[in-house]
Amino acid sequence: MARHHVTATVNGDAVEFLCETQQTLLEVLRDELRLTGTKEGCGTGDCGACTVTVDGRLVCSCLVLGVEAEGKSIQTIEGMATGKDLHPLQRKFLEHAALQCGICTPGILIAARSLLERNPDPTEEEVRFWLAGNLCRCTGYHKVVEAVLDAARELRGA
Amino acid sequence: MRYEAPKTVAAAVALLSGVKGQARVLAGGTDLLIQMRAGRIEPELLVDIKGIPEMTSIVAEDGGFRVGAAVTCMELVEHTAFARAWPGVTDGVRLIGSIQVKGRATMGGNLCNASPAADSVPAMMAAGAVARIVGPKGMRDAPVENIPTGPGRTSLARDEIVISFLLPRRAPRSGDAYLRFTPRTEMDIAVVGAGVNLTLGDEGLCTQARVALGAVAEHAMLVPDAAAMLIGTSVDTAALDRLAAAASAACRPIDDKRGTKAFRIKVAGVIARRAAEIALQRAGRQG
Amino acid sequence: MTVSTMIKYEQKELKVVGTRPLRPDGVDKVTGRARYAADYNMPGQLIGKVLRSPHAHARIKSIDTSAAEALPGVKAVVTREDFPDMAVEYAAAGELTINFRDVTRNMMAREKVLYDGHPAAAVAATSESIARKALKLIKIDYEVLPHVIDVVEAMRPDAPLLHEEQYTEGVTPKPDRPSNVAKRMVFARGDVEAGFKQADVIVEREFNTKPVHQGYIEPQACLASYTEDGQAELWTSTQGHFVFRAQCAKVLQMDVSKIRVTPTEIGGGFGGKNNIYNEPLAIALSRKSHRPVKMVMTREEVFRATGPTSGANVKIKMGCTRDGRIAAAQAELNFQAGAFPGSSVPMASMCTFTRYDLANVRVVGNDVTVNRPKVAAYRAPGAPIAVFGVESVVDEMAKKLGIDPIEFRLRNAAREGTQTYYGPKFGPIGFIETLEQARAHPHYSAPLGPNQGRGIATGFWFNIGNETSAALNVNEDGTVTLMLGTVDVAGGSRAAMAMMVAEELGIDVDKVRPIIGDTSSLGFNFITAGSRGTFASGMATVVAARQAIEKMRQRVAKIREVPVEEVVWKNGQAQPVEDGTRQFAPMSLAEIAKVAGKTGGSIAGHAEINAQGAGPGFGTHIVDVEVDKQTGLVKIVRYTIVQDVGKAIHPAYVEGQLQGGAAQGIGWALNEEYVYGADGLLQNPGFLDYRVPVASDLPFIDTVIVEVPNPNHPYGVRGCGEVPIIAPMAAIANAIESAIGIRLFEQPMSPPRVLKAIEAEEARRGA
Repeated sequence: MARHHVTATVNGDAVEFLCETQQTLLEVLRDELRLTGTKEGCGTGDCGACTVTVDGRLVCSCLVLGVEAEGKSIQTIEGMATGKDLHPLQRKFLEHAALQCGICTPGILIAARSLLERNPDPTEEEVRFWLAGNLCRCTGYHKVVEAVLDAARELRGA
Repeated sequence: MRYEAPKTVAAAVALLSGVKGQARVLAGGTDLLIQMRAGRIEPELLVDIKGIPEMTSIVAEDGGFRVGAAVTCMELVEHTAFARAWPGVTDGVRLIGSIQVKGRATMGGNLCNASPAADSVPAMMAAGAVARIVGPKGMRDAPVENIPTGPGRTSLARDEIVISFLLPRRAPRSGDAYLRFTPRTEMDIAVVGAGVNLTLGDEGLCTQARVALGAVAEHAMLVPDAAAMLIGTSVDTAALDRLAAAASAACRPIDDKRGTKAFRIKVAGVIARRAAEIALQRAGRQG
Repeated sequence: MTVSTMIKYEQKELKVVGTRPLRPDGVDKVTGRARYAADYNMPGQLIGKVLRSPHAHARIKSIDTSAAEALPGVKAVVTREDFPDMAVEYAAAGELTINFRDVTRNMMAREKVLYDGHPAAAVAATSESIARKALKLIKIDYEVLPHVIDVVEAMRPDAPLLHEEQYTEGVTPKPDRPSNVAKRMVFARGDVEAGFKQADVIVEREFNTKPVHQGYIEPQACLASYTEDGQAELWTSTQGHFVFRAQCAKVLQMDVSKIRVTPTEIGGGFGGKNNIYNEPLAIALSRKSHRPVKMVMTREEVFRATGPTSGANVKIKMGCTRDGRIAAAQAELNFQAGAFPGSSVPMASMCTFTRYDLANVRVVGNDVTVNRPKVAAYRAPGAPIAVFGVESVVDEMAKKLGIDPIEFRLRNAAREGTQTYYGPKFGPIGFIETLEQARAHPHYSAPLGPNQGRGIATGFWFNIGNETSAALNVNEDGTVTLMLGTVDVAGGSRAAMAMMVAEELGIDVDKVRPIIGDTSSLGFNFITAGSRGTFASGMATVVAARQAIEKMRQRVAKIREVPVEEVVWKNGQAQPVEDGTRQFAPMSLAEIAKVAGKTGGSIAGHAEINAQGAGPGFGTHIVDVEVDKQTGLVKIVRYTIVQDVGKAIHPAYVEGQLQGGAAQGIGWALNEEYVYGADGLLQNPGFLDYRVPVASDLPFIDTVIVEVPNPNHPYGVRGCGEVPIIAPMAAIANAIESAIGIRLFEQPMSPPRVLKAIEAEEARRGA
């Protein structure tokens, strides 16, 4: 099967890859670009472990085709820290013990950053509804929500 | 599997007409990719329509809104003017999937995928939305309620594309609402969905009403009998009781893993009533 | 040789234990660097896929793989022909017991397929799409058989039979007809008949629960590489790499030393990753193809073929006297084991009534095979099911007598010295403390709104110890590397271990680096299950640390030329003992390490123990619910957990265990269930229709940590991870009853069931 040649930007870097039509962006990120920070939990858009942003828009990368990434700017967890400086969300997740097994963490962090970019002062309810597409089985979401609210506070104050 | 990304509607239609085997329009892909992964469909051609300007824009038209069929749910939800005019349609769209799914999913896809439980469809039907359809024979308009015909089936020809929806000018003192029942607060497919759109006249009596139900029949449907219970009334408790009963009576649901017949029939009435109450409040607030 | 170990608890001032340092695996996890099994790749690797049974029950008449083998890109195909048959042989695997005869059949069907999703063949190919095509080319001739998936139906003598050679164990005389009841067990004490005669109030109820899945977000994944010298390397998502090594070696007939298993970072287990699934298939495919083979399950495969917990039918009968003292307690627990025997019914039987001091108890447990995937452990296996019944009945009795539910439990509570009905007598335990603190908590007396109700329930779990080893090395600069053999299944145990080492050695926790060693690095470590990680590995870690300290005392004595009795380890250094006769310059860990090479070799400590003395854990939960009477929707409004953990080494991780366990229990109570059609096929193998709680379904969950030290652990640790999942189902059922006056006996208490019960009650009242 002939493959598509795609050029895009990932975490600010220009990338090129080949992919078959049915390969998803998730498969491309993990298998072609070797960026394994984005995870597959279900493959059907129900768990959010594969969350990335495409042109600033929060999406499930398992529901985007690799070929649809042509010309787009993609942000994954690998691009969240700036050099050695962790994003406040990443720091707050560590401080608040908002992760246990960590498999949902990349997706939740990308989703939470997207929320705070649009709504710097969310209520607890707004955080919970925004993150409803990110399943976590370890934490019961308690410390996750606390960490997001605390990061929001810091970002507002800073 | 071929992938094409045409820049015009005509090119997209030509691609669909030109293929012998299965072809699919790729909008948000949030239903299509799942079906492909499950092996339920194996199209030989995907036609990505997201690069076609009139399908991805929201413009004012005759005091109403023309919404491109490939506008994403998030874009629609973020459109303040649209959300103000059609809070009910916006309710429905806001309930689709998750933020991630809404980042890709589209109203055109939600309608043409034709799940009986699609969340934007009852609200669109109640709103009186009209779909603009383009095929090899040209353009036609059709009310949204004529499009879904069964689970996964529409009245469209295989090479027709819905390119936009017209939401008409709003009469004063109008309000719409969409509610659904799901076991969790988010992420579920509607077990029952109800869209209600109504207009109040000068005396505060309801002069127009449209009621649509989702997930209680083989496709989302308008329920004129239910709407009739509101027209000419002050949408008081008695009218709402009759609305609920008519909604329940109109159901022809199935038992499936998401709900039993009995549950759907009972809850359809409850949800329709609650949606009507919200629509009434919203109508009362409009000038 | 493993050594039984009990190190007594010492009350002492703590510098590190009890604080909240950042977890050592944290930065990797928040940056996406942490490597889970599916993140591993090897050059030249093939992709392995499994062909699974489309029938709930069928005999395999023939398998023809020739067309698949001929497909270009396919490098190996395996079926039952590639694996030796296994005789009956039992081994412990986590908290359940496995039988190798069944292990080999579960990983690859032999005579029959016994559930929808049962593996029947596997292929390895150069790409996933070729592997999928190859599966379609395998022809299997099935003779479809009648199936049975309901536990009560399966127990009937005329039910379709899964195993023709299965006669119920535990019944005398031995039955003359085979049965789906694999085993029957009885735990009894005193005389329940006499007890019931004394009772003023008797409540007898029947409960039915559905199977639920652990719901870990990471599907099983493994990568195997078998080389021509007969060595195999395996990277896999597992809770117990030593047990996986043992099981793979057995079913593949390889020496244990020839398999090296590296446990990758694990994306959730909760008991579901105590069992091998694809691992032996991947090794066998690699052996046949001479290339590494990677196998990653899809979410659908996880649901169809990995072990959920049992669904069950539970009958509870309890009687009490007017003053609220339980006079007799009786239970019959009928648990689905899935396709092969070995459910958690023994453990459930032991936990059923154990929170109470009872003279007259009788618990009968039945382990029943049905055409569903073989069950696996799930966080306090079996206990939530039995306790759903018991705590509901206790609530009814309390209400009938007009006694406050916490007061009722206090009148019957187990305490130090209570004789359990399954064997041991309790040492110091904190059950009463949790009840009292729950009662004193503001939640318990907060006002309730309309359609709201409050329920309480309690849970108990034994917690386990078992074989554990650890090794500690002091590096040249005085920092410490700690090698652990227990997988850190997310609970943060490796952090807790590092903290205990830092506490023992008197150094900064930052100077201790914990890693999980592969199977070639350490002696046998049992699975991380049974809430044993921090307890048992902590014990081994402390033994290793104390051994290192002892060596350092010896070393400093030699260097400073003083008798070793004059040397004490304090504040991170070897220094003169108080009231000693010899003075000398102290030496810190770093100073000793710097000269270690010249003075006898590097300093290390290690321990291989069988950790004894695990402390039982108890918890009391309070939940407020709001019920929408028109739709049956139940909303969790407020939730509080009070649990005795012995000692919270790292309080934030303990809180995380409590909150996470309770969240799973809430999902179990409200919406999670396996849905099967009449054809025996699973209808909801995905996260869309298998409904785990999402962030907007739950409120903040308050936690109160009670610390009644376990006297058999140096820091008083009791396991804490399992207790929190036990109480939610009953607590929620009790809260619903309090809100709308209707009690539910079926789980999940999903809206259709709640609405049906409401309508039935209205009809009954109207009639």
